[in-house]
Amino acid sequence: MYRYNDIDRRIVRERVAQFRDQTRRYLAGELTEDEFRPLRLQNGIYIQRHGPMFRIAIPYGHVSSKQLRMLARITRTYDRGVGHFSTRHNLQLNWVRLDQIPDILAELAKVDMHAIQTSGNCVRNTTIDPLAGVSAQEVADPRPWAEIVRQWSTLNPEFAYLPRKFKIAFSGGPDDGANVRMHDLGFQLVRDAGGELGFRVWVGGGLGRTPILGEVVRPFLPWRHLLTYAEAILRVYNLHGRRDNAFKARIKILVKALGIAEFARQVDAEWEFLKDSPSTLSEAEAGRIAAQFESPDYETLPRLDASFEFAKRRDREFAAWVAHNVHAHRVPGYAAATLSLKAPGRAPGDATAAQMELVADLAERFGFAEVRVAQTQNLVLPDVRLRDLFMLWQLLRDAELATPTVGRIADITACPGGDFCALANARSIPLAQAIQARFADLAVQDDIGELKLNISGCMNACGHHHVGHIGLLGVDKQGEEFYQITLGGAWGLEASLGSVIGPAVARDEVPATIARLVDNYRMCRRPHERFIDTFKRLGADSFRTAAYGAADNASNDYERETANG
Amino acid sequence: MAKIIKNRDIVEDRWTVLTLAANDTPQTVRLPFGPVLVPLSVWQARKEDLVRREWDQGTAFGVWLGPSDDPAAIAADLEDFSVVGVLFPKFTDGRGYSIATLLRTRYGYRGELRALGDIGRDQIHYLHRVGFDAYAIKEPELALASLDDFSEAYQAAANQPLPLFRRRASH
Repeated sequence: MYRYNDIDRRIVRERVAQFRDQTRRYLAGELTEDEFRPLRLQNGIYIQRHGPMFRIAIPYGHVSSKQLRMLARITRTYDRGVGHFSTRHNLQLNWVRLDQIPDILAELAKVDMHAIQTSGNCVRNTTIDPLAGVSAQEVADPRPWAEIVRQWSTLNPEFAYLPRKFKIAFSGGPDDGANVRMHDLGFQLVRDAGGELGFRVWVGGGLGRTPILGEVVRPFLPWRHLLTYAEAILRVYNLHGRRDNAFKARIKILVKALGIAEFARQVDAEWEFLKDSPSTLSEAEAGRIAAQFESPDYETLPRLDASFEFAKRRDREFAAWVAHNVHAHRVPGYAAATLSLKAPGRAPGDATAAQMELVADLAERFGFAEVRVAQTQNLVLPDVRLRDLFMLWQLLRDAELATPTVGRIADITACPGGDFCALANARSIPLAQAIQARFADLAVQDDIGELKLNISGCMNACGHHHVGHIGLLGVDKQGEEFYQITLGGAWGLEASLGSVIGPAVARDEVPATIARLVDNYRMCRRPHERFIDTFKRLGADSFRTAAYGAADNASNDYERETANG
Repeated sequence: MAKIIKNRDIVEDRWTVLTLAANDTPQTVRLPFGPVLVPLSVWQARKEDLVRREWDQGTAFGVWLGPSDDPAAIAADLEDFSVVGVLFPKFTDGRGYSIATLLRTRYGYRGELRALGDIGRDQIHYLHRVGFDAYAIKEPELALASLDDFSEAYQAAANQPLPLFRRRASH
């Protein structure tokens, strides 16, 4: 993990002092609401249904056991004992008091954490693959590059008041666990024909109201040009992105309006002046940062562990957990384990303070004191010895962290929804729970196989419903909660955006409707086809009929509805 | 007379910022008495007037750029101006930060670069970093204290062309 030095600490401390004074002036009436809003947003504070929502940065999802204990303490002291891990690796608290946030920031600073730029129209927390650095397949470790961009984007004066938020992702490749194509700017690590390391640069992706997948703006960018090229992109966006309409202000709209070729030309024209400037990365700097992510002291272990193999044969529940929640590791004798935050009856992504403390303990006992937050709103222990997995699983199971459903229909990704969020049209959490209950049987989930289900409470799409195999979007119909069903979305390299298949469905009807969609898949699938494969082969009609019955009525309703916007 | 921050001092300011009213045209707008910052359109229409006025009467002038003005439009004229202003109609419109960066780092402007408009103490540190050295700002006495909100920065900017990693490597 990256370890802060004195300068990193000083910058965070000075930020706490700055925001403490800004909060004081706001509460004293010296700053207006409009003046204070961007300041609080850039320190992670939204005003929400119950008061402020506070979003703590977890840069590229890496958190130490010590930091996690601090998060637990803050969750318990300043909130109601439950935190929510978001799809951008961050931790959200829903019941904090504004006047206490400077104190929380001071506590966070003690463990080298902060809430800088977790919201607002600026460069946000950088996201990466959850298995970065331990995946056997990756081209290169994305973490050093994410840290370099964290530093470059932190308090960058030129890009503090962008037209809209700006999200950057790095993927170590080749499977793109970071979903670079749904980000404003995505860097996919690749090697060119000569073996040089660099990035395929994707730009203009994003979900929200106008979902668009990013396009390649530069097929190969040598690593040393990372920051100057990013600066060129941000400058073109800062100067030319739309500012007249917040819904058209993301970089994706600019890229679409110009076309990718013209956008690339403008970026290159800008980059010509920046290329090889002092911000060009040096071997020394890349090496200094990479050294912080060097392999911990792994034991030399055999590839197979007899006790682990034996435990899998003896205990079917453990075997199911291993099959779904345990991932291959590049070091023999080790594995990465996903700690599911999708226990039935719990809000997806929520963890109690006690769970956080337990995970911190486990990270020290079964790893190198490091925990990761995945975009799927789960936690990951990246370095577990195979021989420890059975013990780990038993401890996780007792703490409701071993739900063996990773990648299955019950591993739902959902935004906090109308229970907490002031923007939401509908609630996400009760619907997620109802769907989990409907598909509680693990044997059924296994028979369904890989299926990604995402729920967003409004069209801002924080639950990423566009890229779920099944996506649900909350809409308000005369005060009633309805949900649009989107099919055909996908993540990663196969990324695609789903399409709405028909009229929105009342909340009580959603689980049964999804059951009909799933049954249609099970009836029609060919061997080894996943839900998404069958959907792509058959098209929407087959599933629309399954969902709504008589196709004529459904399509008529649907046309009327889309005509209403 | 208004007070502004110039370098790190609070000074009386005699400059007028000329804006065009609805029925003004750049060609015909009346130039006020004393030193004046004119909009880009007036500079482009009245170059000879402004230069002659300075030559004959010693009246200093400069130009101010709005957020959609391209600083390349004055790149060749920078020697002519005593002051270049950059207007922030709303403090959340961040184009002026890139405009200032370009004036300093690309076009080599070394003279007074003045931030105008809806700016306050919570913006002044970033304004300083992108190359402004004068600020027509609300509550200048209070704003002065925020110039140094941060004592170090990671990235290069107009006021520090070397990123932290290059400065750190040197010692």
